[in-house]
Amino acid sequence: MHTSWLLIVLVVLAGISFYLGRSRAMQSAGGDMRQLHSLPNFYGWNVALASLVPAVVIFALWQAVQPNIINRSVVSMVTTEELTGGALNLVMSDVRRIANGLDAAISRGVMSASEARDLSVGDASIRQQLSAVGTVVGAEVSDNVLLAAQRYRAMTATGSLMQTALVLIVAVAGALYGLRQTNRDFRARVSVETVVRAVLIFAATVAIMTTVGIAFSLIFNTIKFFNLHPASDFLFGTTWNPLFRGGSSLGILPLLWGTFYISIIALLVAVPIGLFSAIYLAEYASPAARSIIKPALEVLAGIPTIVYGLFALLTVGPLLVSAFGPNGFLGLGWMRGGSAVITAGLVMGVMLIPFVSSLSDDIINAVPQSMRDGSYGLGATKSETVRMVVLPAALPGIAGAVLLAASRAIGETMIVVLGAGAAARLSLNPFEAMTTVTAKIVAQLTGDNDFNSPEALVAFALGTTLFVITLILNVAALYIVRRYREQYE
Amino acid sequence: MDDLRIIERTSNMNDIKISAKGVQVFYGDTHAIKDVDVEIADKTVTAFIGPSGCGKSTFLRCLNRMNDTIDICRVEGSIAIDGQDIYDKRVDPVQLRAKVGMVFQKPNPFPKSIYDNVAYGPKIHGLARTKADLDEIVEASLRRAALWNEVKDRLQAPGTGLSGGQQQRLCIARAVATAPEVLLMDEPCSALDPIATAQVEELIDELRQQFSVVIVTHSMQQAARVSQKTAFFHLGNLVEFNDTDQIFTNPQDPRTESYITGRIG
Repeated sequence: MHTSWLLIVLVVLAGISFYLGRSRAMQSAGGDMRQLHSLPNFYGWNVALASLVPAVVIFALWQAVQPNIINRSVVSMVTTEELTGGALNLVMSDVRRIANGLDAAISRGVMSASEARDLSVGDASIRQQLSAVGTVVGAEVSDNVLLAAQRYRAMTATGSLMQTALVLIVAVAGALYGLRQTNRDFRARVSVETVVRAVLIFAATVAIMTTVGIAFSLIFNTIKFFNLHPASDFLFGTTWNPLFRGGSSLGILPLLWGTFYISIIALLVAVPIGLFSAIYLAEYASPAARSIIKPALEVLAGIPTIVYGLFALLTVGPLLVSAFGPNGFLGLGWMRGGSAVITAGLVMGVMLIPFVSSLSDDIINAVPQSMRDGSYGLGATKSETVRMVVLPAALPGIAGAVLLAASRAIGETMIVVLGAGAAARLSLNPFEAMTTVTAKIVAQLTGDNDFNSPEALVAFALGTTLFVITLILNVAALYIVRRYREQYE
Repeated sequence: MDDLRIIERTSNMNDIKISAKGVQVFYGDTHAIKDVDVEIADKTVTAFIGPSGCGKSTFLRCLNRMNDTIDICRVEGSIAIDGQDIYDKRVDPVQLRAKVGMVFQKPNPFPKSIYDNVAYGPKIHGLARTKADLDEIVEASLRRAALWNEVKDRLQAPGTGLSGGQQQRLCIARAVATAPEVLLMDEPCSALDPIATAQVEELIDELRQQFSVVIVTHSMQQAARVSQKTAFFHLGNLVEFNDTDQIFTNPQDPRTESYITGRIG
C-alpha cells in the first residue's frame, strides 16, 4: 500500500476512535454529561490519540530503519571487495534506480511482475526497456547489480507490507485500549493534557536537536579536515591559496581579517544612523511621522540580501570608483575596482540600519517615562534628557543590539560575494578587494573539489569558526540584554 | 506643637508667589480643570486634596508646564509666578522648570550614582564653576534632604540601590540642588512606608524655610500635618481654598465637609 494511503487510513481510524470513545463515555454516564469527569470530547480525543500516536511513532521508526537494513543486505550481493564512500554510493544508487525502473515498468504494463522478477542480464533489452519508462541506467547492467535490484524490490515490498500490517494492528490495538479505559470516572482531560504537553516538548526539542545536529556535523567534518590538513596552518597561516592538486595553504587569518574589517565598517555606518533614527522615532517623532517612518525602515529590513549585493556591485562600487578611482573626480587613485572592503561595508551597514534602529527603538521605549519626567522636571531640555538620562539607561540594551547586529554582519554572505571581491588578503586599505569567511565557504563548496579533499572540508572548519564567533556574540548580547531588563521589572 | 506652628505661619504668609486666574485644562475633549483661581503664598506649604481624578495633579503640572510634554493637553487662563505669566510666549519652559522643581509620586532616581543624581541639575544649568562647588552643592542638598548621613560613604553607589524612602529623599535632594523657588510634590509619600513618610513630611516642613511648597496628597492627615493652606478639588473645580485649620475644622462648602469626613471620594 502506498504510504500516504496508510496515513489516511490512520487518520480515518482516529476519527472513528474519537467518535466511539465519545459515545462510550456518554453511554457510561447514562447520557448525562454532568456525570462525566471530563467533557465528552476529551474522551474522544483520548481514544483517538491512543490509536494514532503509537501507530505514527512505529510508522516513523520503520520508515527510518528499513532502508538501512535493506541496503546492508543488498550491498553484500553487489560486491565482494570493500568499496568505500563515493564508489559504494554510486553502485547503490544504480541498484535503487534499476529497482525503481522495474517498478515503473510494471505499473505501466511494460513488464509483468513475474517477468520483472525473472529478468536476467541475458535479456539484452533491459536498458531499452527501462529507458522506455524514463529510467536511465548509466553503464551496462552487470549480473549481480540486476540481482541486487530485484532483491531490493522484493525486500522493499515485503517490508512495506509488514509495516502496513504492524501499523494498522497497533492503531486498532491502541483504539481498543483507549476504549477499555473509557468510563465516566476516567480522567480523560488529564491524559489529553499530558499529550498536549508532550507535543509542546517535542516542538521545543526539534529546534534544539537541529542545532545540536548542525553543531555535530560541523564538528565531525572539522575533525576530518584537521586529520588531512595541519591545524596550525589553518589557525595561524597568513595565506589563503587553495589548489586543485593539493598542498594548498588554507590559513584562516586573511579571511577573518576581511570579515572583521567589513563588519567594522558596516557597524560604523549602521550604529550611528540606526541609533539616531531610533532616538528620533522614540523621542521626537510625532505619531504621524512615526507611523510612516517605522514601516519604511521595516521595508528596508525586508529587502533580500542578494538585492543589496546587486546594489553594491552595480551602484555603490562604480560610484566609489568614480570618486576614489584613478580617474575619479577626487583624483586620488586609491581604488582600482568596484569590489572593495568599503563597498561591501557601506552596503552591509545600510542593511543593518533597520536592525539596529528597531531594536534600539524598543529599548529606548522601555525606559520608563518617569525617568524623562524626572529630568524635564529639573529643567533639562529634550536632548539633555536623551543624552544624559535615556541613553545611559538604555545603554546595556543598545550594546546588546549592536552585538546582535555584529553577529549578523559577520554571517552575511551575498553582499560580500558581490561587493567585496574574492581575493583573500591581509591589508589595511579599505579600498582593496578582500573576502570573508562566509564567501570562501561558498567558493570551496561550489567548486569542483572532491568532497573528501581538505580543500572542500575546510568549509566546515570555516563554518565552525564562524559558528563559535557568532555564538559568543549572541550569548554576550543576550546576557547584556537580560541584565538590562532586570533593572526595570 | 500646633501652637508653635501657628505663630510661624502668621509670620511669613504675606507674599504671593504663584497666582492662577481662570485656569482651564483640556485633555483632548475632556475638560479636566474648570476655571480655577488660586493664590499660593511664598514660604508656605499648600496642600491640594480631593478624590482621584479631580484634577489636582493636572493643576500641579500646569505650574511648571509639565503638561507641555503631553501632546493633547491644552491650558487656558493665566498663571503667574512673581508676577510673570509662565505661559507667555517669551518664557522658556525649560528655564521655568529649573525654577519650579518637581518631585514625583514614584521615586524616579536616574540610573546613575547618588552623586550624579544630585549633580544632574547643577551640571546642566551650570550652577557650579568648579568641582569643589559641585561637591558643596551636592552635600548641601543631601543634607537638606536629610539623606547625607545615610549616603555620605557611598556617593558613587547607584541611586537605584537605595530603599524607597531614601530614593524619594534623593529625588527631593535632586530637586533642591537646582535651587528652585517653588517645589511641587505630586503625592510624594504614596509609595513609602509610614517611617519614610514621617521623614519626608519632616523634610517638607524644613523646606518651607526657603521655598514655596505645593503638595498633592491623598492623605488628609498628611495635608493637616504638613500644610498651612489647603485647596480642595472636586471634579475639576476648586471647591474651597483656605487655611488648613479652617478647612479641617470648619469647612464652608458641604462638599468639602463630606470629603474630609469620608462621605465622598
